[in-house]
Amino acid sequence: MSVLLIAEHNNKEVKPFTLNAISAAFQINEDVHVLVLGSNSDTVAKSISECSNVKKVIHINNELYENYLAENYTSAIIKLSGSYSHIICSANTFGKNLMPRIAALLDVSQVSDITKVISEDTFIRPIYAGNAFATVKSNDKIKCVTIRPTSFDPAPSSGGSAEIQNGEPGDATELSKFIKKEEIKSDRPELGTARVVVSGGRGMQSGENFKLITAVADKLNAAIGASRAAVDAGYITNDHQVGQTGKVVVPDLYIAVGISGAIQHLAGMKESKVIVAINKDGEAPIFSVADYGLEADLFDALPKFLEELNKLNTIQK
Amino acid sequence: MKILVAVKRVIDYNVQIRVKEDGTGIVTDNVKMSTNPPDDNAIEEAVKIKEAGKATEVVAISVGEEKAQETVRKALAVGADKGILVKTEGTVEPLAVSKILQKIVEKEKPDLVFMGKQAIDDDCNQTGQMLAALLNWPQATFASKIEVKEKSLEVTREIDEGLETIEVNMPAIVTCDLRLNEPRYASLPNIMKAKKKPIEQINASDLGVDTKPRIDQIKVEEPPKRKAGIKVASVEELVQKLKNEAKVI
Repeated sequence: MSVLLIAEHNNKEVKPFTLNAISAAFQINEDVHVLVLGSNSDTVAKSISECSNVKKVIHINNELYENYLAENYTSAIIKLSGSYSHIICSANTFGKNLMPRIAALLDVSQVSDITKVISEDTFIRPIYAGNAFATVKSNDKIKCVTIRPTSFDPAPSSGGSAEIQNGEPGDATELSKFIKKEEIKSDRPELGTARVVVSGGRGMQSGENFKLITAVADKLNAAIGASRAAVDAGYITNDHQVGQTGKVVVPDLYIAVGISGAIQHLAGMKESKVIVAINKDGEAPIFSVADYGLEADLFDALPKFLEELNKLNTIQK
Repeated sequence: MKILVAVKRVIDYNVQIRVKEDGTGIVTDNVKMSTNPPDDNAIEEAVKIKEAGKATEVVAISVGEEKAQETVRKALAVGADKGILVKTEGTVEPLAVSKILQKIVEKEKPDLVFMGKQAIDDDCNQTGQMLAALLNWPQATFASKIEVKEKSLEVTREIDEGLETIEVNMPAIVTCDLRLNEPRYASLPNIMKAKKKPIEQINASDLGVDTKPRIDQIKVEEPPKRKAGIKVASVEELVQKLKNEAKVI
């Protein structure tokens, strides 16, 4: 049996984490089919058909799917489900919202946020804010699984030539209605996939002071992250939050500035390759996971840090 | 209008958990337990809606072992009117919890069901969506703002790209984000009053729901430990290390 992956996109472009999910799907079973539910979404279907490791694209093009609402997506997916052993998507806000609705209708227990594929039915997933890893075996006939995208490399976006098959839309529901989306536009690398992340916490003291973070991030071509405290205090918008209830990041370099390192924050960044902590409290828990810790006042350290970076001839981007 | 709020008893969010040596799970004996944090936001929101005169009754429900009664009691102390405890034993997966909640919804007939977006122990983020599916109700997940209209809710959702606003017809399921509100503390008089509020106890087996897990937990392990890092004395040293030793800039 094959794997059905639900693509995330904005009707124009495929969202990058769909590629990570393709890799995970391919590890589960090499017969990977990708479902694109969209409106005027031909370019999305075409670009997915060009990904290697994709066997078939099912494209359902209908104005019903102009905006993403789980209530509308579900029936089209249920109609297709009979031919598949697995239904999967990324464990971001898109997949977290959608997949349990599918699983319940199929009467299966979902496996959330897997970080490793052991076999077709056995997976590893973090629990307790990443403080334990559970190996779980699903005994359901159809396995509904969401993928932690940062745990899988993205599949190559070229080299494939999958067949694109048009599918029938599902039933429309009147249960919910899309009103608006306030998308935060930025020229920076996306937080989830950035090579370098510079994050600020409560220690930044104000939104205005985040410009110190921005300056360093600009220099390193980094994404900007934040702790929940910084988001709640209104220093920065919610889409920057790293942690158990925010985003999980695995950059090459994570610089935590003015972040104490609560369990919930560590859950989102402790797999980073190199962690730097800048904090004036030498006892802060963040130092227990930091490869390089600097005990200093961030208001002195950040301008100096930028100055030192400016002295370097080359900076990896 | 009646609001049902589902609350879960979990290990307190500040506790550094320990994995059992035999790999069968997490040590829970003599560990501080409390209400799952986003469930506190769910209760708070329901009570606020009632205080605004838009709801008449708030019912708190927990599915779990006998001790989950404390969690229901806390919800009563914060302002819920009555409690329900559905007693279960062992691991109950979100699918089974949502089936139990479905039975309770059919009996209690609430207009809204609120709960946290995820439990901080299993980190599943499934139950609300599953319940919505079983009832064929709309779902508003990861809610950070709720506006009650006549027959619908306008809900602002926290999504990866920022915020999204949707309108869901009632009855509906809402799963709450930590940003929805600031949960209040229960005052001592209210804790005393809560002791007199009723908690109905039901056995899961009497509801005819099969709670047997579908997923085998084969083993639970500690994540690999990071090797201890070093403290640097100056910004200059930090930049040199990042450039020449870690080679990440």
